[in-house]
Order: sequence, then structure tokens, then C-alpha cells
Amino acid sequence: MQEIKNYTINFGPQHPAAHGVLRLVLEMDGETVVRADPHIGLLHRGTEKLAESKPFNHSIGYMDRLDYVSMMCNEHAYVRAIENLMGVAPPERAQYIRTLFDEVTRILNHLMWIGSNALDLGAMAVFLYAFREREELMDVYEAVSGTRMHATYYRPGGVYRDLPGQMPQHKESRWHKGEDLKRRNARREGSMLDFLDDFADDFPHRVDEYETLLTDNRIWKQRTVGIGVVAPEQALAWGMTGPMLRGSGIEWDLRKKQPYAMYDKIDFDIPVGVNGDCYDRYLVRVAEMRQSTRIVKQCVAWLRANPGPVIVQNYKVAPPHREEMKESMEALIHHFKLFSEGYCVPEGETYAAVEAPKGEFGCYLVSDGANKPFRVHLRAPGFAHLSSMDAIVKGHLLADVVAMIGTYDVVFGEIDR
Amino acid sequence: MSADPGTLAQRLNAHLGEKIAATHEWRGEIILEITPENWLAVAQHLRDDAEFRFEQLIDVCGVDYLGYGQVEWDTSDVTSTGFSRGVEGESAGRFDWASRPRTGAGHKRFAVVAQLTSIANNCRVRLRCHAQDDSLPVVPSLVPLWPIANWFEREAFDLFGIAFEGHPDLRRILTDYGFVGHPFRKDFPLIGNVEVRFDEKLGRVIYEPVTSVVPRVTVPRVLREDSDLMQARAEAADKWREN
Repeated sequence: MQEIKNYTINFGPQHPAAHGVLRLVLEMDGETVVRADPHIGLLHRGTEKLAESKPFNHSIGYMDRLDYVSMMCNEHAYVRAIENLMGVAPPERAQYIRTLFDEVTRILNHLMWIGSNALDLGAMAVFLYAFREREELMDVYEAVSGTRMHATYYRPGGVYRDLPGQMPQHKESRWHKGEDLKRRNARREGSMLDFLDDFADDFPHRVDEYETLLTDNRIWKQRTVGIGVVAPEQALAWGMTGPMLRGSGIEWDLRKKQPYAMYDKIDFDIPVGVNGDCYDRYLVRVAEMRQSTRIVKQCVAWLRANPGPVIVQNYKVAPPHREEMKESMEALIHHFKLFSEGYCVPEGETYAAVEAPKGEFGCYLVSDGANKPFRVHLRAPGFAHLSSMDAIVKGHLLADVVAMIGTYDVVFGEIDR
Repeated sequence: MSADPGTLAQRLNAHLGEKIAATHEWRGEIILEITPENWLAVAQHLRDDAEFRFEQLIDVCGVDYLGYGQVEWDTSDVTSTGFSRGVEGESAGRFDWASRPRTGAGHKRFAVVAQLTSIANNCRVRLRCHAQDDSLPVVPSLVPLWPIANWFEREAFDLFGIAFEGHPDLRRILTDYGFVGHPFRKDFPLIGNVEVRFDEKLGRVIYEPVTSVVPRVTVPRVLREDSDLMQARAEAADKWREN
């Protein structure tokens, strides 16, 4: 009689389907997974400890680098925690801008997800289409904040600056000139809001294109239907949030249930899955992209009609205008104190959460009254999701582990922090 | 939020009265202080009781309260030589591994903080448990109630050295294999203890004490009571109460 032993294989940390630096130790019985032990922390930078050693505002940029495909949503949780403790409320326009950019970020994230997940499961083309649209939204990020990804745009009390009046255009180059250049700039004649409005009109058709490639695709369905089924009770016990929870049929979305920013004034629906498998989560995320487009349209309409301040006028928290600093000694002192020492946040503790594209991204902040946080803890949705890996993939085939990593939408910036 | 949090805090007190060491409430955020003996019992009650139904454990994290409220720059008193230079204090940015403070004594330094969410009732509650012993902080594990606690507790163990009694697999999770120390403790230097480099002579990667960076604090930690902010905060709390 032949002796059969389980075989342990090492998946990652440099495997392209590991979405970054996941090292997965898999115990296999033939091609079936018996035990999965994810080893994380290869990207641990100690963000929370670094934040403790810096004035509050200095850490906003670190938040972008956590979940580096949903940058502004991370910032949102952090600045909301600070605002909670200080009792500062941003002006309405800032709240609309945040709502707008949270949704732009959600589309960015889901595009990245649909592209890379399809790529993992053998569909090359979707990735190219998704990145075509991502590029346009990154231009919006750049127009508003100066950087394509790590925006550092939100501030406690509002946002750093108002939306630009003119959407930046492509410049002539050796490769793009004449008619080609004109075509590329056709939608960039107006303001950034016009550009986004155009995008939102167009985007549902682009989503149709992705759906044509995937939704009824036989191979796609074979790889996702009935794979990685998460029962609703399981989803609750494993602390799942976002599309992972909604894919299992639980209607829970912080934007509706515990509204922040302007979500209570905006009309949108929460897509919910039925079976809790990878395919349902795919459908949920695709539907979320369509809903986000609706939200973007509504925010653009409001922002066009209502100019106003985008950050609180309290100089203890937000810097004064540059022109004012030339005239007023007070303003100059405020500016100096704010940028050298920062502001002191009153003693207390708070937990602020936002519905990030991947799930609930929370910031638990403890302040002892100083100009630096005493303790920051960031609750990353991916961390909670990935920990359920062993329970979910047990009994699946090796190839389904890849489908599962894709559907978790893991990003190691936030898991390892 | 569907349930009125004022009454939620009262109901929690009525139900769990003697098991809760203290209750704080601030702008709808409820914090229950619990001793380690009652930690599991309270959590289980909150999860299973038909009235509360906190099905989800959203987050667990450790906190090190060493040096809470201490500053590096005294701004309240001026001496004959002027203000202090902002170089005192023992914040993590000021020392290296060799000269780290060894006393580290505080009154119940370590705490574990858990956030619970009730999907059924749409409300949140925060639980905090101070470990009794600073040299070996132990808190019961929540893994029997929520499997998600596994990784969160491993993280708290890794970063703070808090041991969770009853945890099935208490390994390090975020730090390097073979890491020494618990990096998020307030007496762990910000620059770390060891650094790695490739040694050409030995032909392998080696670990050695940190020399490439020196401890440095660019902005000293200060504590000011800003009357404007206190006012704004009080007003926000009032406004919240009215709604």
C-alpha cells in the first residue's frame, strides 16, 4: 500500500496572484487545501507608531499609503476621528467634495479590483479596459491634489483647497499632436466638474463593457460560481464588512446606516448578493460602481450650484489665507504655530469609521490633549477578511485560493500597516 | 442610530451592573470598563442577549498608557532662563534600544480595547479591559466568541506583549520572524532595535544594532488647553444631545 502524505507548499510572497506580499503556507492533500496559514507583516511599516510621534496633520499622508488603491477613504476616517475629538464640523461644500471623492475612490478601487481579479482568473482584457478608466480618474486626483495617488487632500475641518476651475489638458508631445491631441483633450475643455460629469455619463457604458466580458462568460462563471461561499452567520462572526458582508445577503452599509459626510442627502441603493460566493461579490461590486456613478452625478450637480468655503475658518485648526498673512500679524502667528507645533486635540477617545470600498475602515484615536495622538489604531477591513482565509478555503482546490484572494480584495498596505 | 444611546447606556448598566467597573459616554460613544474576570462574560452577554445582539466584533487593539499626558515641553511656566528647550521627556523618539527606559512602571499600563457593532440594532459599544500586571499583562481571549479575535489578539500580543488566555495560536503576526521586543510599547525606541543589511564578506544578510539613524524628535510633544477648541467641543456635544 502506497503511503500518502500531505504536502506543504509556499504561496508567495512574490507570487503575482498574491496581490502584494502575502506569504501563504498551504497544506495540501493532492490538489485540495487542508489548511491555509497566511503569513502577513512583510509590509509592516509601523504607521500607527509613527503617527504617535508626529503632529496630527503630518500623518494624513500616511493614511493614503495604507490602502493604496482607496486613498482618500482612509484619510476620511482619520480626519473624521480628529474632527470628532475637536468638535469641528467642516462646511457643507467640503462635505460634498469628500462625498464626491469617496465615490471616485470607490470606482478607482473597484476598477483595480475587477482588473486584477479577472487577470488572476485568466481574463487579460478586462485589466486593460479597467486601467483606461482608472487613468481618467487619476487625472482627477491629480487636478485636485497635485498627485495621482497619494493625495493628502482631506484636512481636519475640510479639504485642502477648492476644486480647480480648469481641468488640466494633455500637452503636445512627439507621440500626441494635432488631431490626436485634440481628441484627447476634447473632454478637458471645461472645469474638473464638467470632466467628471462627462465621465459619469459615459462610465455606465464602460461598466457594460466589463460585464460583456465577464458576467455571462463561461470560464469566469466556472471559476467563481459556488466558490468561497460565506454564510451570513460566518460573515458576521469573522467581522466581515463591505462587499464581503453584502455579498452574503446582509444589507449593511455605513453610508446608509450611520451616514457621514453628505450620504444622508444623496439617493443611492445598496446592492446585496444572495449566495455569498465569489460571483455574487463580483456582481455586488459591479453594481456598486454604477451606484457610485449616481452619487458622483448628484455631488457634481450640487457643487456646481453652491460655491463656498471648503475648510473651517478657525485658524487654530486650518491655516489662514496666504494674502491675509501679508497683512495680518495674527494670521502670521497662527500660520507659524500651526505648521511648527500643530494644534492640540482635547483629551478623549473616539472611533470613526467610513465605508471604504473594501469594507469598514475605522480609526480609533486616543488623545491625551497633546499636539500628537497618544494612540492611533487603524481598523483595516482587509485584515479581518484575510484572517478568515483558513476557514473559507478549506476543502477548495488550489486554484480557488487565487479566486479567494482576489475576491477578498486584499491590499497589503492596509493589512500590514 | 435606531436605539437612543442614552437609554442604551442605561440598559447596559441595568443588565450588567456589577460586572461593569465603569461606564463612560461621550457623544453617543459608549465605553464600558471591564475587569479581566468579567471580560468574557460581558462580551458573551452582549453578543447573545436578545436585547443587545452585538453580533460583530469589529476591532480589538492594545493600548499602552505609559506616559499618558506627559509632555516634552513645559509651556505653562517660564523660568528666569526662559522657556524650557523642549528636549526633556522620554518619548519613543528620544532613545535607542540600548538606552531605553527599563523601569517602565506605570499603573496598569496595558489595556485591550474592543469595538462591537450590532447590525440588528445599528449601534456600537466599546469595551476596555486593563491588564492587572504590567510585567505580564494577561487578558482572556475572545476567540471562543468570535473567531475574528484570533488575528486581532495576535496583533496586540505582537505589538504590545499582551498575552491572551485561551488563545489557540498566539504567534507574532506583523513583525519579522525572530523579532525581539514589542514595538508599540511606549518604551520601545522609534528607530527600532536592529537593522538588516547584506554583508559581502559573510555573503548573507545580517542583523545588527541600529546605527544608520539616530533618535531625533523634530516637534516636541506639548499640551495646551485651547479655550476655543474646548468651547467648540462642548458646543458640538450639546448639539449632539439636542438631536
